Amino acid sequence: MKILVCISNVPDTTSKINFTDDNSRFDTSGVQFVINPNDEFGLTRAMWFKEKGGATVHVATVGEATTEPTIRKALAIGADEAIRVDAEPTDGFFVATQLAEVVKQGGYDLVICGRESIDYNGGMVPGIMASLLGMNFVNTCIGLEADGDQATAVREIDGGKETLRTTLPLIIAGQKRLVEESDLKIPNMRGIMMARQKKLNVVPPVEASPASEDLRFEKPAPKGAVTLVDATQVGELVRLLHSEAKVI
Amino acid sequence: MSVLVYTESENGKFRKNALEVASYGSEVARLLGSSATALSINNENPSQLGDYGIASVLEVTDEALDPFNANAYAQLVADAAAQAGAKVVILSSSADAKFMAGLLAGKLKAGYVPNVVGLPESTSPLVVRRTAFSNKGFANTKILTDIKIIGLSKNAFGVVENKVEAKVEAFSASLDSSLFSTASVEVDKVVGKATIADADIVVSGGRGLKGPENWGMIEELADVLGAATACSKPVSDLGWRPHSEHVGQTGKPVASNLYIAIGISGAIQHLAGVNAAKTKVVINIDPEAPFFKAADYGIVGDAFEVVPELIEKLKEFKAQNA
Ligand SMILES: Cc1cc2nc3c(=O)[nH]c(=O)nc-3n(C[C@H](O)[C@H](O)[C@H](O)COP(=O)(O)OP(=O)(O)OC[C@H]3O[C@@H](n4cnc5c(N)ncnc54)[C@H](O)[C@@H]3O)c2cc1C
Ligand SMILES: Nc1ncnc2c1ncn2[C@@H]1O[C@H](COP(=O)(O)O)[C@@H](O)[C@H]1O
Repeated sequence: MKILVCISNVPDTTSKINFTDDNSRFDTSGVQFVINPNDEFGLTRAMWFKEKGGATVHVATVGEATTEPTIRKALAIGADEAIRVDAEPTDGFFVATQLAEVVKQGGYDLVICGRESIDYNGGMVPGIMASLLGMNFVNTCIGLEADGDQATAVREIDGGKETLRTTLPLIIAGQKRLVEESDLKIPNMRGIMMARQKKLNVVPPVEASPASEDLRFEKPAPKGAVTLVDATQVGELVRLLHSEAKVI
Repeated sequence: MSVLVYTESENGKFRKNALEVASYGSEVARLLGSSATALSINNENPSQLGDYGIASVLEVTDEALDPFNANAYAQLVADAAAQAGAKVVILSSSADAKFMAGLLAGKLKAGYVPNVVGLPESTSPLVVRRTAFSNKGFANTKILTDIKIIGLSKNAFGVVENKVEAKVEAFSASLDSSLFSTASVEVDKVVGKATIADADIVVSGGRGLKGPENWGMIEELADVLGAATACSKPVSDLGWRPHSEHVGQTGKPVASNLYIAIGISGAIQHLAGVNAAKTKVVINIDPEAPFFKAADYGIVGDAFEVVPELIEKLKEFKAQNA
């Protein structure tokens, strides 16, 4: 089985978010970039297929050279080879078009993405790719088994979960629970050394136009101070929620 | 630029998000100087959408479409958009709508903007405001394609009554069997309990509650309020509560009207996922807990004293307002 894990390079969850150039761009200064948390679960699941079933695992990212440390980390975790499409990831449609091309060229049986990138929260790249490639697709995936070309996937739905039967080639968008958090792979020294020898193929983008454009960013308005209610006056909270906030 | 609204039903009834996207869609259509058509699938009373300003409904009844199937639904929405001549398609933020959104965008070669928080900032070009960076920012996003897909955040617009007469017309699309190559085998869903996705109120517990045996009062509080229960990440990691209750940046997003956080410190990743809730209440023993900076109302106190008292006061309130 040949697996591609699509990795988006995102600010660490603790990052302070600021904007620059007259609020037209995200300010990356001082920001630590990491593998998108949703993609980390998928990468670990891919490693499981590699260890148990001898799958080959490639990782791909659409991004400029600055994303290479994140890709190297994925190689150190155990991916066999990496592909970087050398382009700024302008929007979901553009990225999906680039990754669809990588999938076509590589002939992958399984493509593992994440439910969403935690930066722009698009949640669209895997679905658009599936549509462009005519591949089966399961979103918010929290369980995946494959046997030959048959696959069983579990997805999270509002208020529960659903089990789906499908076939490879398949694209999933994973998230927490796809693997146990305690099983998440982190790079060790040997992995980091080995990653240096692995292939990181840089490919040019294919012709594609973005479908949307972020014109301007803004931070949420500063919050007013909290209204504190004394612990002995709990009834007052009920009153405020009813007559002031009007939520009960 | 006419508008197509995809409305979701469950057991033959509209979900609340359906009424919200209908309300929103009819207002967007008005701004565009056009009209809104809704697509309704397996609903007992599609004309109800007229109460929310929808003058035209395409009604689909087909057993094959139950339960939800993302590929088939995406095809249906695409066909309905073509039928209605719609240039703007509006979806909710439910799990099913988000599953379908990318597939639909690919099919229609349409720009899709999720997590939209209000009416368009401008209609020509179409610019919408959405959250980004897990609620730590907003973006004004221009959609560049001919057909445009808007994903509305839950509770961003609300359910707004605006009665018109809805003309309901039967609609069917030719759904090729290949659309069902990914098929549901089993749906495992809590019944008779509010879910985090749909509930107006969410009551959430953190590690401050010390152990799973103490969740009785959280459930009772949720019960009195008709709320869904939720928890912080470590609580689900420790197995005190099911994973499906984990909210935050890496868990489920919360966008309810009221969010009550009990024994939760308010870590940045937790807040990122719950900041979209309209009113936030924190109950925490530590006045320095970061959640107090994010909350609208707070009580500094021991949850084991405050919560039972709150339950009593709410019961009294309900008895008086019944
Ligand atoms: C990549 C990443 C992603 C993450 N994603 C999420 C996420 O999606 N969601 C999430 O929740 N977390 C997430 N976290 C974890 C987050 O950083 C915090 O560790 C977590 O939110 C803390 O949970 P807590 O508030 O329940 O526990 P604690 O931080 O331990 O807080 C417990 C609180 O309870 C209070 N308390 C104690 N006793 C009482 C009492 N008797 N009465 C009242 N209050 C009391 C304490 O004062 C304290 O504030 C993530 C972390 C990382 C690194
Ligand atoms: N620039 C990118 N390079 C590679 N994969 C990406 C990129 N952007 C998004 N993805 C993949 O698509 C998923 C969903 O991303 P998004 O649609 O941006 O929220 C991510 O979890 C990744 O798996």
